[in-house]
Formats: sequence, C-alpha cells, structure tokens
Amino acid sequence: MASVQTEAKPIVDESKALDWLRQMMLIRRFEERAEMLYQKGNKIGGFFHQYSGQEPVAVGSIGVLRPDDWVITAYRDHGHALALGMTARAGMAELLGKATGCSKGKGGSMHFFDVEKGMMGGHAIVGSHIPLAAGFAFASKYRGEDRVALCYLGDGAINQGGVHEALNMAALWKLPVIYIVENNLYAMGTSLTRSSAHQDLTIRCATPYGIPGHQINGNDIELMAKTTLECVEHARAGEGPSFIEAQTYRYKGHSISDPGKYRMRDELDSYIKKDPIEVYASILKKRGWIDDEAVETMREEVKAEIEEAIEFAEKSENPPLEAVYEDITAGPFSPQE
Amino acid sequence: MAVFSFREALNQAMTEEMERDDRVFLMGEEVAEYDGAYKVSQGMLKKFGPRRVIDTPISEEGFAGIGIGAAMVGLRPIIEFMTFSFSIVAIDQIVNNAANMRYMSGGQFSVPMVFRGSSGMAGCLGATHSHRLEAWYAQIPGLTVILPATPADAKGLLKTAIRSDDPVVFIEHEVLYPEKGEIPDGEHLVPFGKADIKRPGDDVTLITYSRSLKATLAAAEELAAKGVSAEVIDLRSIRPLDLETLVQSVKKTHRAVIVEEDWPYCGLGAGISDRIYREVFDELDAPILRVASSDAPIPYNKQLEASMLPSVPRILAAVDEVTYR
Ligand SMILES: Cc1ncc(C[n+]2csc(CCOP(=O)(O)OP(=O)(O)O)c2C)c(N)n1
Repeated sequence: MASVQTEAKPIVDESKALDWLRQMMLIRRFEERAEMLYQKGNKIGGFFHQYSGQEPVAVGSIGVLRPDDWVITAYRDHGHALALGMTARAGMAELLGKATGCSKGKGGSMHFFDVEKGMMGGHAIVGSHIPLAAGFAFASKYRGEDRVALCYLGDGAINQGGVHEALNMAALWKLPVIYIVENNLYAMGTSLTRSSAHQDLTIRCATPYGIPGHQINGNDIELMAKTTLECVEHARAGEGPSFIEAQTYRYKGHSISDPGKYRMRDELDSYIKKDPIEVYASILKKRGWIDDEAVETMREEVKAEIEEAIEFAEKSENPPLEAVYEDITAGPFSPQE
Repeated sequence: MAVFSFREALNQAMTEEMERDDRVFLMGEEVAEYDGAYKVSQGMLKKFGPRRVIDTPISEEGFAGIGIGAAMVGLRPIIEFMTFSFSIVAIDQIVNNAANMRYMSGGQFSVPMVFRGSSGMAGCLGATHSHRLEAWYAQIPGLTVILPATPADAKGLLKTAIRSDDPVVFIEHEVLYPEKGEIPDGEHLVPFGKADIKRPGDDVTLITYSRSLKATLAAAEELAAKGVSAEVIDLRSIRPLDLETLVQSVKKTHRAVIVEEDWPYCGLGAGISDRIYREVFDELDAPILRVASSDAPIPYNKQLEASMLPSVPRILAAVDEVTYR
C-alpha cells in the first residue's frame, strides 16, 4: 500500500476542531428536527434516510478538501451537504419542497445539490453515482488540474457492477478519485454478512484493482481526516485513486418507515454509548479547547440556526406550477404530450 | 459540394468539433487503436492522441457514467456505443443520470454530451445486435434523440449535437455507414427539431427517419409512376419533434403513412400518429397507417429478417390502403 508522507503538523488545530464539532451537531440537529416535521404535520414527503451516527465520516473527510474539489454521495446525503457548507436553510427548504431549496424543490431529501460548494448531488440509484465521480476526476486529469473527487457509497452499493467498472477504469487511468465506503453494516435490512462474500471491503474493492485500501474506524473523526488527506495527496500527486472503508453505524432505521427490527437493541445501544459527537466533545475538553459551558452554548446556537432554517423554509414559496417544465433542457422545453 | 460516405461525414463532424474545442473528446470500446468497430473514428487517435481519443474496457455502464461526470464539470464527451443494443447495459446512466441531472438539481448542472453508435437490422445479426431503441430514448424528457438518414444530415446534426448543452442520443444505422452523398463545403450545421421534406408531394404524406428513408423514397418514385404524388418527410430529430411540418403536410395531403424500423407496439409511430390525430383529425381522409417491423425479436434467417423491414412493397400496400385503391 503506497502512502504519501503527510506534513508533520497536526491534522487539526483548535478552531478547525471546534468547527468540526459544531458541524456534527448541526447535522444531527438538522435531522432530528426534520424527523419531527416528517412525523408531525406531514410537511416532508418521500423517503427520508438519516445520517445520525455517521457524522464523523463526512465531516472528517470533507474537512481536508479544498473548496474546488468535488463531493458526490448516495441518498443519505444531508450530512455531506451540510459538511460542505451548504446552508441548513437551503436543505430544510428542499425537504419542504420549496423553490428556495437547494434543488428548487425538485430533488427532495435524496437529491441535495449545490454547485457552488462542489456538492455534486445525492443520488438514489444504488451504485449509479460511482462512475460519475470517476468522470469528475477524469475531467480534472484531462485539464491538467489537481482537483480531486470524493465519492461516498454504502456497503450495499459495492455489490453493483458499475462500481467495479469505475474502480477498474479509475485505477487503469490513475484518476484522482477517493472512494469512501460508509460501512454501517446494513443495506436496508440486509447485513453485510448476508450480502458480501468477504467481510473486508478493501479486499473486495481495493486489492483487485491494485489501489491503496484503508480500513478504519470512521467514527474517529481525526483518523478519518488523516486517512482522507493521505488519499487526497496521493491523488493530487497523480498517483490515482484510493479506497477507504470507514466503519460506522447508523442510529436510525434505513429510512423513516423502518423500525430496524433486524438488529439487536444492544448492538444499537453499544454504538449510542460511544456517540461520536459526545466522544469528540470530551476529547476536545481534555485538550482544553472547550469546556462544558461552551459545548452547551454551541448546542444552543445550532438549535437556533436550525429553527431559523425551518422558519425560512416554511415561509418560502412552493415552486410555481410552470416549474414542472423548467430545467429539463438548456433552452425552453417543448413538452411532447 | 463534395461526395462523402455517411461514416466519413461522422468522422468529419467529430474531427472538426475536436479541432474547434478542446473540451470535446471521444471515448468508447475500440475507438482509438482499432480505429472504431465500424471505422467511424478512423485516424482520430493519430490526429488527437490518447488524451482525447480513449479506448475503454468493455464497461458500458462505467464509461457512460464517466462521460456524464466529465460533462457535469464542463467537458463535452462523445461516448460511442459499439452498437446501441449494448447501450441497454448503460441505460441506467443515460436515463437516471444524464436525462435527470439538470432537473433534479434545479438547473444547477448541465450534461453536454453525445451518446452515439450504430443500430438497426444490418444483415443476419440476430436478436441481440439489431435493436432500434429510439422509442425508448425518445420517451425520456431531458434527452434529445437524433437519427440522421443522409451523410449531409449526419455531419450537420452531429456537429449540432456536440455543441448542444443537453445529452443527445445520436443513433446511426449500421447499413448507412458506406452510403454516399453530397456534403456542403465549409461549416455545415443542421438544427435540431426541424424535419426535412426530402421529396415534396400532394396526395399522401410519408413520414420516416434513418435507414427507412431509402425505401420510402423508392416507394415514392414508384407511386409517382402510378400518378400518386407522395411527400416524404425525414424527421431527423425525433425529440424534439417537428410537429408543425407534419401538420402542414397532412393538411395538404389529408393522408399519412409512418414508416419506421422499430417495433409497432408503443413504437415511435404510435406517439406521432396520436399527435397528428389530435392536431388535424378533421383534415384526415383515411386512418394514419404505420409500417413498422414485426412484433417479434429479430430473427437470424435472411428471409425472416427481410420480412420485418419496412420494404417498398409494404409501403406501397399501406399507401393503397389510405388512398382506397
Ligand atoms: C439500483 C437500486 N436497487 C435498489 C434500491 C433500493 N435501495 C435503496 S437504499 C438500499 C440499501 C443500500 O444500502 P447501502 O448501500 O449499504 O447504503 P446505506 O443505506 O447503508 O447508507 C436499497 C436496496 C435502489 N435505490 N437502487
């Protein structure tokens, strides 16, 4: 496994660490409140897949990117979008289907996009966005840039053929793309043991293509950042793709309609007990970078930010009916009814 | 005007656009070192090098998706499918990603690219290598679907396709590749959404596209000898559809026959005849008939295969029917 020597400086300084803590809290709160809006008042429709429990994966890895890099993910996308700096307002408005949403109310929970932030979308066909990431990386290399593409996928997605086609071509052409599997042990109700012939996903996805594979605790945010940075530097140096298996866990069912009966209560409890946000807060406290009071203040600020986003979303307009035929083609669209 | 083959016309279109715009590149199976399975990209590797003319592994889903990703961030890929039958392997990418991207991102992303390649019944290739999937693609909002029938249109339409900011499905008929025709000198662009009246006439409108244009023109010639004046319209672009030209023609002739090589059930002709009925029902003196291939997979046997094609006798029989002769 090739790895590029990272600089001796620590992966995170105080202000960035506090930022990361805050971002994780923001993602958690965003989804907690969205879930309430979903349950009560029927304000949110469609599928709603929560990221709770997996926050360090997105925040740690996105935290080492440059603003001109690209990020693409599957339908469990709220966390990645917010970690990229997309506003809670734009996300909440999208969940409510409003014209002010990040995809003008046409994408919904599974399709958060923000071109300005390099958020190349949440995508809902399992495995289908993996080649797109290789395409961004292809363009970077074609133009002689050193931008990289970060692509998240689930442990279920690795069984799709297109994933392996993309990994092969990315390796063959040394494309600057980093694939991060968020191994939360389940694809809907199917545990990894029932879907993958081998439990070590680097053996499924990295070894066969001769690309560096890293199997890590994805809930350790600084390890997540350090490993991603190593892969990013590898990619920027023209050395090609990398693969990270980030081991994590989702607190909620697959989606809001799933009570998650296929897993044992004590399994879930064991993860909640070492909640990555709490763990990181206590690490930062030990370093003397934050104290209890400041954590509380941070939590309150995040809550206020989310409430403000909900208010904004609720006050926003629905897209006009004409919008059905907008943004289909570059010019005006003529429906063939 | 000089004479070139359909295949040369496509090569010229790609070459001229790649010379003009560095964002354009060609990617697919055997497009580079092998010079293209059907030699459409002959000489292009030599001219542009491996950065811009790229051989891929046999991974239709993967390289279609890589093209879409590259298009989302500003390149202008031309993705060649060796045969459109194989595009089915990539249809998830074309439909779920290329066609939807602009819409589901609320207009934030364009997918300026071309999916092109050969298609159609080409002589005993059997069920898996003869598909015409134009009706599938034409149904999808977000896709532009182009089927040229002549070298001049092939060149002009492909150049327009490469410059388009939308994903274009550009379907070439395999038997047309060696066909020759005049191509205007200099910059030659043909706009989308404009049907071409390849032969004017007054008694019946024959609507067709791609390879079937040839049989349709031959049928019109025979009809002329019998004193029936047929107007032959080449759709060229099936999405967007030039309904206006069809409507004007039917208003003049009051009769229409649609000639298409694809399957009859839910085929392209079904959608087009429905549109004409709703626009000019009162102008019609006979039902609109459709000459399509049979509702069966494509057989290997030569006679069976030929029986499926929209042939001159089948077109003439349909015209007899709508003119009550
Ligand atoms: C091609 C395809 N097949 C099936 C589905 C239905 N589906 C949606 S999510 C999912 C599970 C995927 O699990 P995983 O990739 O592990 O991601 P996670 O939900 O764990 O984040 C399935 C089967 C789909 N959306 N797309």
